Amino acid sequence: MRQNKTLKIIGVILLLGLFIYYAQNNLDSYKIRILNLCAINIILTLSLNLTNGFCGMFSLGTAGFMAIGAYTSAILTMPPEVKQMNFFMSPMNQHLMNLNAPFIVALIMAGLLAALVGFLIGAPVLKLKGDYLAIATLGFGEIIGVVFTNTQTITNGALGLKGIPQYTNLYWGFSLAVLTILSLMTLLNSSYGRAFKAIREDETAAQAMGINLFYHKSLAFAISAFLAGVGGALMANLLSTIDPTMFKFTYTYQILLMVVLGGMGSITGSIMSATIMTIMMEALRAVESTIDLGFVTIPGIPGMRMVIFSIILIAVVLFLKNGIMGENELTFETLEKAIQRFQSKKGRENHEPTRG
Amino acid sequence: MNLLEVKNITIKFGGLTAVQDFNLNLQQGQIVGLIGPNGAGKTTAFNAITGIHKPTQGKVILEGRDITGLMPDKITKLGIARTFQNIRLFSNLSVLQNVLVGHHLRIKSSPLAATLHLPQYIKEEKQMIEETKELLKSVKLDDVQDEKAGSLPYGKQRRLEIARALATKPKILLLDEPAAGMNPQESQELKEFIMHIRDEFNLTIFMIEHHMAVVMGVCEHILVLDHGITIAQGTPEQIQNDQKVIEAYLGVETDA
Amino acid sequence: MTFELFVQHLVNGISLGSLYALIAIGYTMVYGIIRLINFAHGDIITLAAYFVFFGVGLFAMPWWLAAILSIILTAITGIIIEKAAYKPLRSKNAPRISLLISAIGVSFFIENVSTVVFGGRPKSFYSPEIFKGVIKAGGISIPNLSVIIPIVTAVLLIALVYLVNKTVTGMSMRACSNDMDTAKLMGIDVDRVISLTFCIGSALAAIGGIMWGLKYPQIHPLIGVMPGLKCFIAAVVGGIGNIPGAVVGGMLLGLGEILLVAFLPGLSGYRDAFAFIILILILLFRPTGILGEKIAEKV
Repeated sequence: MRQNKTLKIIGVILLLGLFIYYAQNNLDSYKIRILNLCAINIILTLSLNLTNGFCGMFSLGTAGFMAIGAYTSAILTMPPEVKQMNFFMSPMNQHLMNLNAPFIVALIMAGLLAALVGFLIGAPVLKLKGDYLAIATLGFGEIIGVVFTNTQTITNGALGLKGIPQYTNLYWGFSLAVLTILSLMTLLNSSYGRAFKAIREDETAAQAMGINLFYHKSLAFAISAFLAGVGGALMANLLSTIDPTMFKFTYTYQILLMVVLGGMGSITGSIMSATIMTIMMEALRAVESTIDLGFVTIPGIPGMRMVIFSIILIAVVLFLKNGIMGENELTFETLEKAIQRFQSKKGRENHEPTRG
Repeated sequence: MNLLEVKNITIKFGGLTAVQDFNLNLQQGQIVGLIGPNGAGKTTAFNAITGIHKPTQGKVILEGRDITGLMPDKITKLGIARTFQNIRLFSNLSVLQNVLVGHHLRIKSSPLAATLHLPQYIKEEKQMIEETKELLKSVKLDDVQDEKAGSLPYGKQRRLEIARALATKPKILLLDEPAAGMNPQESQELKEFIMHIRDEFNLTIFMIEHHMAVVMGVCEHILVLDHGITIAQGTPEQIQNDQKVIEAYLGVETDA
Repeated sequence: MTFELFVQHLVNGISLGSLYALIAIGYTMVYGIIRLINFAHGDIITLAAYFVFFGVGLFAMPWWLAAILSIILTAITGIIIEKAAYKPLRSKNAPRISLLISAIGVSFFIENVSTVVFGGRPKSFYSPEIFKGVIKAGGISIPNLSVIIPIVTAVLLIALVYLVNKTVTGMSMRACSNDMDTAKLMGIDVDRVISLTFCIGSALAAIGGIMWGLKYPQIHPLIGVMPGLKCFIAAVVGGIGNIPGAVVGGMLLGLGEILLVAFLPGLSGYRDAFAFIILILILLFRPTGILGEKIAEKV
């Protein structure tokens, strides 16, 4: 049975690989960019779902960790000449100027640095209850923005960084997404995952059962920060330009929406909602430009996308409070059962004896 | 040596003294009861022993080691497990998962080993599952192992909470009103169950209970708490005949 | 740092602190009664400022009329938010996280609708002459506004404290924030009390927002975000649920921010971070806040 499941997963990954190969070589750059964003958002959504959905901690620090990851990767991947050009206002720190590393190293460092900061920030605030942790992590995200705006010699301050090499492609994006999904699946189905869920269900009882709250919460928080850092790094090397104002809380809210929509506590839910929302965000750009229906022209309303998203967020939490999947996963079994039911229904329709 | 010594524990919340000079000596294998009217401070005493409240004064000593004020998870690791008055199960997790969580505290594999499914972890997980299934069988919950804990009937939830506590492999089990809400037949089964687990798992049991039939039937020694003060302690017979206890708690017989 | 300069900074700090205090009160009152961080509270400030802006600019009202209407409209908005986005979740006994997410959604919504409706570019807030004057005394020049703001705040505070402590309505508010279930059993119309809380909190925030527009005349849809966050922090610092605490917290943060920039101009870029650092410190060393009380959790 176990091997069956592993085979199926490998099958899915192979299919995905084929699709990516096809896409990378055949689709236009606009669609490729959307797919890249899908992969990044999957990683980010899973990162937030780990703390908020699986461990019951209400963290809003995603954007801050993304910023750390993005800047780390940018500094490590930009060649010295490009850095020279960027830092025209004041020269960059000499050590950082000469730092250069291959993309894989940059990605790992981005994650590690974000995780380290996450742990340092998290340690004092993790014992806080829901609301306080939300504000503390939100505040941290803001502080990071403030710090990055003021550390001219490291981050180039408000000017941001331009010319970051565009290493992010579908292979990087989706392999990292798949890696994230697989790791979280095994982790969350393990004893540690059960410990996280226990903390979510009832902290006091979990502690009474011998679970060290600080250790486990820090673990979840650090892993989440790591993933957000990697997501930020992929973003930096996709967009090629970053500045401190990019990683504002609005980004965190969007990721939060994806987590809530997919179901807090469902990996497959997060994958689905991240994909759907990323595509929708692009599709809804249409709302912001003029729509010509032939007989009537509807003027575009800039900013309308975000209004719609905020309405979706409120609506989901009011009416669909468990999101698409709730705490359940879309497993192969559920899919197969659904397919069987569909087939037998069809079969019955075809074999209905005609009367008369 | 006493397994557990509670020495002169006093617990104050601001101006209110919830428990005053509470003393307890538990010997290995004993079943001791703690009774008293509502609000007498019984659960508070439990909480001081298990680390949820740090006592304002006094010490808790487990097997000669001072555990006063340690974090609850540490105390559980050292061998004291408990159930809760209001049943605190992990409602959305299955019965099996609830008890599996109880095994987590002794895991040796790191999170990385668990994520990578290293052989050491696979072995540990297999063993945890086996032990959990055994435990569920012995509390007769194996037929519902995949149900959500929150969906179980009340009596089964209580048994599950006890099973979960047993999974932590404790030396001492603290039960907070295990018979609450049970009918006479269930309480009888509970009495037998408590004595069974005491023998099977080599436990020492300290329980809070209002159900007099259960307390008198299963406890070898009883402490009586009223307004935080221990007003009496002794064997069931001694307690039943103690005037102070009768007035405070068991009820005075009025001459018709 | 000359004495005159210091006094000016001090007065500036007190006036900023008063603004923070007014807004923090709204947070603390709502949290005290339904245990919710009303993320949308900061955005209420923005709305109030824009209402005045449009009242004067579009409808050519006298300024004082626009201000009064703005306060009323904002208070109503607060009540609507409560009834539409929070009450349904409260009645369903939804987990606290759902309420938080809804609050975030509302905040998000207001910010984006404002951007769409009002446009993202900053607009100039009209300021009547009286607010533009400057008092000069012995080498110190203090803007009229810096004196008016604390006075207005003090008056409102006195009125609020009177309301909460000396009226029956205030008693019901205190009862609800102390123990909602018992209050219900005692026959208090809890929903009405909650709406009233939002009404008062929003009205105070509106006044704060209008004065904010007077003090910092460039308004744009996101002006309420930072003050919103900082004022929640102020409420926490002072002791969440505690009205005098909110004032203490607001003053502390306002004064601290201004004096930080005054004495350490090199760190002025970090002025926004000041509030968050204070938050971390308070949460580490005195999590119930300066005037807060410990609430033991019953296990």
